[in-house]
Amino acid sequence: MLNIKNLQVGLEEENKQILKGVDLNIGEGEVHAIMGPNGSGKSTTSYVLAGKDGYEITGGTVELNGHNLLDMDPEERAAAGLFLAFQYPVEIPGVGNMTFLRTAVNAQRKARGEKELTAGEFLKTVREKAKSLKIDSDMLKRPVNVGFSGGEKKRNEILQMAMLEPKMCVLDETDSGLDVDAMKLVAEGVNALRDGKRSFLVITHYQRLLDHIKPDVVHIMANGRIIKSGGPELALEVEKNGYADILAEVA
Amino acid sequence: MTDMIAKEGVEAETVEAVKSLSGKYKYGFSTDIESEYAPLGLDEDIVKLISKKNDEPEWMLDWRLQAFERWKLMKEPEWAMVDYPKINFQDIYYYSRPKSMSEDKPKSLDDVDPKLLETYAKLGIPLKEQALLAGVEAPENDRKVAVDAVFDSVSVGTTFQKELKNAGVIFMSISEALKEHPELVKKYIGSVVPQSDNFYATLNSAVFSDGSFVYIPEGVKCPMELSTYFRINAENTGQFERTLIIAEKGSSVSYLEGCTAPKRDVAQLHAAVVELVILEDAEIKYSTVQNWYPGDENGKGGIYNFVTKRADCRGDRAKVMWTQVETGSAVTWKYPSCILRGNASQGEFYSIAIANNMQQADTGTKMIHLGKNTKSRIVSKGISAGKAQNTYRGLVSMHPKAANARNYTQCDSLLIGDKCGAHTVPYIEVKNNTARVEHEATTSKVDDDQLFYCRQRGMDEEEAVALVVNGFCKEVLQALPMEFAMEAQALVAISLEGSVG
Ligand SMILES: Nc1ncnc2c1ncn2[C@@H]1O[C@H](COP(=O)(O)OP(=O)(O)OP(=O)(O)O)[C@@H](O)[C@H]1O
Ligand SMILES: [Mg+2]
Repeated sequence: MLNIKNLQVGLEEENKQILKGVDLNIGEGEVHAIMGPNGSGKSTTSYVLAGKDGYEITGGTVELNGHNLLDMDPEERAAAGLFLAFQYPVEIPGVGNMTFLRTAVNAQRKARGEKELTAGEFLKTVREKAKSLKIDSDMLKRPVNVGFSGGEKKRNEILQMAMLEPKMCVLDETDSGLDVDAMKLVAEGVNALRDGKRSFLVITHYQRLLDHIKPDVVHIMANGRIIKSGGPELALEVEKNGYADILAEVA
Repeated sequence: MTDMIAKEGVEAETVEAVKSLSGKYKYGFSTDIESEYAPLGLDEDIVKLISKKNDEPEWMLDWRLQAFERWKLMKEPEWAMVDYPKINFQDIYYYSRPKSMSEDKPKSLDDVDPKLLETYAKLGIPLKEQALLAGVEAPENDRKVAVDAVFDSVSVGTTFQKELKNAGVIFMSISEALKEHPELVKKYIGSVVPQSDNFYATLNSAVFSDGSFVYIPEGVKCPMELSTYFRINAENTGQFERTLIIAEKGSSVSYLEGCTAPKRDVAQLHAAVVELVILEDAEIKYSTVQNWYPGDENGKGGIYNFVTKRADCRGDRAKVMWTQVETGSAVTWKYPSCILRGNASQGEFYSIAIANNMQQADTGTKMIHLGKNTKSRIVSKGISAGKAQNTYRGLVSMHPKAANARNYTQCDSLLIGDKCGAHTVPYIEVKNNTARVEHEATTSKVDDDQLFYCRQRGMDEEEAVALVVNGFCKEVLQALPMEFAMEAQALVAISLEGSVG
């Protein structure tokens, strides 16, 4: 599904290298988790995958189902099936959440040459999915993320993901700031989308989320590299001992 | 509640409408039609000729000539933040009408030259007495829109005349009103915008050729939306229309004007005057969707839009609401104003002004508080893109007798790119210490994070900008009659095309 080879990324504005050769292969239907200290490059990886401006790719390749992702505009990547749940979802004043969702869904459908959803079809689907995430109709009408609590913003990201039905989902700290119940909701939302084909890359600081979303592989990122990969037990180890041992081990 | 849902719906529909529209200025076609012109330039004879073409009463001609005498002594104003080549007023045709609309003009819309009707059909303006504008889904309650269609210097026809007449409402072109209701026109014309008001208003007083006239009798709520659609077609021709709306005690009306013009290389002048008279407990809602040809990317051609609009709230508790969506024109100079004379009268001004490429807009409002407990509210959203300059210029004046008067002004500017400019010039005069004036202003740039967020969800860059800008303007778009909100949103998107990337 997603193949990242020796990805090296710096900042456009200043001479600073952030990713120093990231390798990552996620197969169809797999769930991978990335953990790692603050500032290690996790969000940067997700932004570069999604095509955010401001970064300079100095080396390496990224392929999504064999297509060169780095050559595409952000909206093309989205239409190709890449979704990023933002660590900090963006507020868009004056634009109704529902309008935003419908515009996005139809933009992608159109880009893929599919028929756009009618108002009725859309409404029906969105109501169903919102309900299972405990997002009420008021939140659907309010402007995108404006005045949403931290947890509401994260649930809203998952709603968008559910509506867009991407192939490759990248979740950047979707669990941060969630209370226990909300975390369960989000995890259930993600699990509901697991169908054996869709793949996930879950960035998190906490093992707790991985109790609910069982990863196939756990990676540890430090200083712009993946320094260790393993099974779910790796997350437990981090939870218990922090990163010191792992960092020492590879140093 | 229903309203909320409907609005949400309208907005979503729009995004689709926006996508389906392509090409930059889609009203830029011209109609190939035989027209007759007054001789080029302006002198007393031209003024007389225009009056004669309209078969006007003597007093109207005298009034025009008086205005013309004044105008010759006046100077073009230069204080606005706009820059355009000097206009040669002798190089303009002041009167042009389709041949088919001359002396023995058609008695009803059915007999109007098909080419003219086609033009309006192409513009999406319903001259059939259908319920709604083409392309707009019918809202639950079947609301109708009556249209007065003005083509160059003349009105082509007005729809729903019978139904309106039954309600006691007079809605016709001002040239007809001069024949059928001269006493009303005489009583009110120039009573809000005096002949001597300013250079362009005085010019208009001398040479206005047509426009709309509306009279709502006491206690009548106008049973449908009224609208006038202005189309400039002829080359080198100025359009000088005059609109006069009178709302008697306790009456109300919602009126909308729309404007477009073909793409032409040479700039054209449009100098209109709009006068609103609002008596006790009456209310006028006046909306404008201005989409004159803006000129090309290099600033060639386009309409110079120099307009004087003023509402006089003469009676207590009279209310006026100006809503404008200004997306077109090369140069806009326009300050719809409210004279709040009656006690507890209210004025509101909601404005979206978009300037892209080489467009220049200097627009705003004047709120003149004369009466006690008068209230005004100004919400201005200025959007600049390309190399455009956008100025908000507003006056809030609290006179000595305006005890407890209140004003709230909110003025937001949005910049797209770094070659454009936004300016806010508020003038505040307070001569009463119980009056309160609140002013808030913000300037921001279209946020890259917002655009990236939209694009990550699959929208292309222009769609993302349109969505974010529509969000920025939402408060004003909501002030428009629902029938036009969608069109206005689509326009916002179209007028910003090419502003990114
Ligand atoms: N636009 C930027 N300008 C300057 N520094 C940046 C920029 N983007 C990322 N960085 C730096 O790159 C490094 C990696 O940042 P990144 O956000 O990817 O970390 P992270 O692993 O997601 O951290 P966290 O766990 O705190 O979310 C940090 O040192 C950060 O300060
Ligand atoms: Mg991060």
